[in-house]
Amino acid sequence: MCWHGCSLKHRKGTDMRIKLTITLAMAILSATPAQADDKWRAPSSPEYRDECGSCHIAFPPQMLDAASWRALMDGLNKHFGSDASVDDKRRLAIADFLQQNAARRSTQNAKGKPLLRISETAHFVKEHREIDAATWRRPSIKTAANCGACHKQAAAGDFGEHSIAIPR
Amino acid sequence: MRYPITIISILLTHSALAQTPRDFLTRFEQEAGKSASAARGAQFFKARHGNDWSCSTCHGERPVQTGKHASTQKPIMPLAPSANAERFTDAAKVDKWFRRNCNDVVGRVCNAQEKADVLAWLLTQTS
Repeated sequence: MCWHGCSLKHRKGTDMRIKLTITLAMAILSATPAQADDKWRAPSSPEYRDECGSCHIAFPPQMLDAASWRALMDGLNKHFGSDASVDDKRRLAIADFLQQNAARRSTQNAKGKPLLRISETAHFVKEHREIDAATWRRPSIKTAANCGACHKQAAAGDFGEHSIAIPR
Repeated sequence: MRYPITIISILLTHSALAQTPRDFLTRFEQEAGKSASAARGAQFFKARHGNDWSCSTCHGERPVQTGKHASTQKPIMPLAPSANAERFTDAAKVDKWFRRNCNDVVGRVCNAQEKADVLAWLLTQTS
């Protein structure tokens, strides 16, 4: 680094290199999936954690895209067979949080409709391709919504290989 | 010298807002215009009301124990106040969960008598 006492030309060169490095780093980061290590990070939202996290883990918002979250938030009174409605103030706060942190890659189905179930997204299906139907049906697992059955650190947003233990 | 005043006012505000399970029972009984029946509450809690789930499907037949969400399998902390001091202390939460869960179990909002009965029964439950 060159803080002072060096020529303007040198400083400009350094600045350029820093800019180039940052641009390159950003390009690499946006080109690779944001969850390359299967750690899903998002700023926390108390409303999201309290409301959505009371019936299932607060799924990382990057697991669905903005259109999917919009569709889901529009039907909270009939949420996969349950009434999950929340008051308007909290609903708007949660919707906003989800829009800000949604997946950048699309989670539409083949017909262009936004998917509502994370377990139907291409990423989920690909990552779980080795899990057979009998394993899903085990009483210790039962449903794809039960992330924590196998992903021991799911609640902390860690879905990495090292923290998987499939129960019998 | 401002701190003691602040602390006292926080304590006063807090105690004015904090409610006990008994306060809720009184409120529901007043709304219903009748006293509660724990026996009726037990029956209501364990029975299905035309839908797939009863209250006990998720909260368990013995709500002093941890329950389990019927569709997601997430553990549900005990509902009986004797086993979980947080239960029936926050009006917004009590109203929200009765609204949602009655919709799921009964297909409509529960009336004050039903809420009074269930709470009266929950208050008889000890581990």
